[in-house]
Amino acid sequence: MERAASDSYRRLVAFLAARSHDVAAAEDALADAFLAALETWPRTGVPHKPEAWLLTAARRRLIDGSRHARVEAGALPALLAAADDAHAAAGADTVFPDERLKLLFICAHPAIDAAVRTPLMLQTVLGLDAARIASAFLVKPATMGQRLSRAKAKIRDAGIRFELPDTLDLPPRLDAVLEAIYAAYGAGWDDLAGADPRRRGLASEAIELGRLLRHLMPGEPEVQGLLALMLHCEARREARRTEAGAYVPLSEQDTTRWSRPMIEEAEQLLAEAAQAGRPGRFQLEAAIQSVHALRAGTGVTDWEAVALLYEGVVRAAPTIGALVGRAAAVGEGGDAVKAWALLDAIPAEAVERYQPYWALAAHLLTRLERRGEAAAAYDRAIGLCEDPATREYLAQRRRSP
Amino acid sequence: MFMHYSLLFYQSPEDFAARTDPRKREAFWGAFLPYMKALRDAGVVVAGAGLQPPDSATTLRLQGDKRLVQDGPYSEAKEQLGGFFVIDVPDLDTALEWAARYPGKVVEVRPNLPPVE
Repeated sequence: MERAASDSYRRLVAFLAARSHDVAAAEDALADAFLAALETWPRTGVPHKPEAWLLTAARRRLIDGSRHARVEAGALPALLAAADDAHAAAGADTVFPDERLKLLFICAHPAIDAAVRTPLMLQTVLGLDAARIASAFLVKPATMGQRLSRAKAKIRDAGIRFELPDTLDLPPRLDAVLEAIYAAYGAGWDDLAGADPRRRGLASEAIELGRLLRHLMPGEPEVQGLLALMLHCEARREARRTEAGAYVPLSEQDTTRWSRPMIEEAEQLLAEAAQAGRPGRFQLEAAIQSVHALRAGTGVTDWEAVALLYEGVVRAAPTIGALVGRAAAVGEGGDAVKAWALLDAIPAEAVERYQPYWALAAHLLTRLERRGEAAAAYDRAIGLCEDPATREYLAQRRRSP
Repeated sequence: MFMHYSLLFYQSPEDFAARTDPRKREAFWGAFLPYMKALRDAGVVVAGAGLQPPDSATTLRLQGDKRLVQDGPYSEAKEQLGGFFVIDVPDLDTALEWAARYPGKVVEVRPNLPPVE
C-alpha cells in the first residue's frame, strides 16, 4: 500500500517536474497529497487511477491557494499547466507516462555538481529525506538540505532540458547516471552496525534505482552490469560479520551464508549483458564479483582471473579503488613482491587518506617481512578506519600478523 | 582558505574507565593512538588534548560579586567531554570525515571563531 502510494507519487513528481522544470515545486505540491494517500488508501484500497487521485488532491490545494499550499507563487503557472497535462494523461485509458528516466538523467546532468547528483536522485526519484541522505554521506543535514535546494533551483533557472540524451551524447551521460547510482550503493557500504536495518546504508535504495533504470532502459549492458555488481555484493551481506559482529574478510566468508537467489539473478543479468557484445566498467566489476561467487561451488578463488579482470577495469576507469583491487588480486594469487610494486606505484598523495590502501599495504609488507613498515601501515589503516568491526580486526592482525 | 574546527569527544563513564582498566586498556589505546597519529600525519592538527575524567573537574559560577566554586563538571549529562582536537581543514565536510574516524561513540564538530586580530 505504502509502496503503491509512493510509486505513484514519484511518477507524478517526475511528470510535473519534467513539464514545469521545477522539481522542488512539484515535490511541495504533491507532499500533502501523498500524506493524504498514505492515510486514505490503506482504508479504501488503491484507487483505480492512483495518479489521478493524487493529482486531484494536489490541484485542490494549488488552485484554491489554501494556506496549506507551500508552493511559491512564481512556480504556480508552470505547475498548473503541468498538472493539466497530467490530468489529461491520468484520465486517459493508457498507462500513466513514466518520466523518471528523464529525471535520472537530469540529476546526473553535467551542469549539476557531481557531489550532489546521488543525493538529488535519492530525494527526487526515491523520495528519501535529506537527513537520512546526509547521514549516509557524512554531511551536516542542514547543509545537505541547502545543496539539494540549490541543485533544484539550478535545474529550474538554468533551463536544463528534460530530454533524453541523443545517441551521440548517451554513453557519457549514462555513465554519469550509473556512477551516481553506484555511489549510493557505496555510501554507508561499511554499514557500521553490520546487519542493523536502521543503520543500513543506502544499499537497498541503490538497488531499487538500479532496477528502475533497468526497467526504463532494457537491453543496456552496462545497466545490467551495474545491477549485477550490486546484487553480487549484496548477496554477501550476512556473511560479512560473525554472529558476534566481528568483521570477516571476503576470502574467509562462509559461503553458505551468501544469498543464492541474489547471486543467481546477478549471473542471469551478466549473461544477458554479455549478449550485447559491449563490455564496460560495470560489467567487468560484476564479473570480478562473479569469480568470487564461484567459490561457493568450487571452494577456491581463481585469483588470476580476478587480476586479469581488474586489469580491464584499470584500463576502462583507473580509479584508486581499481588500482588497489588489482594489487590485492595479484597478492592473493601468490606474488607479494609484484603486488607491492603495483601498490607502491600509486602516487602517495592519492592514497594519503584512502583506508583500503593502507590495510592492503600492511598485509603485503607483513608477508614481505618488512615488520617496521607493516606496523606503521597498520597504524595508518586503523587510524583512518570508520568501522569499529574492521578496526578491531586490523588491531588483532597488527598484534599477531 | 582553510578553517579551524574543533572536534569535541564525548565519553561515557565506561569509556573513561577503559583508559586504565587492565582488560580494556589495550583495545582503547590501540584504537585511539593510531587515530591521533593519522590526524597528525595528515598535518591537520592545530592543537589538542585529552582531559582527565570529569570527577577531576572544578566548576566556578561567577555572578556579579558572588562566586561559587564546586567540585565536579558543569554538565550533568552522562557523556562528558573527554578530549578535543582543533584541526585545520578546507571545509566542514572534511572535518566530519575526520570525526567519523573517531574510535568512540559521540563527537561534536564545531567551527571555531576566526582568531581575534
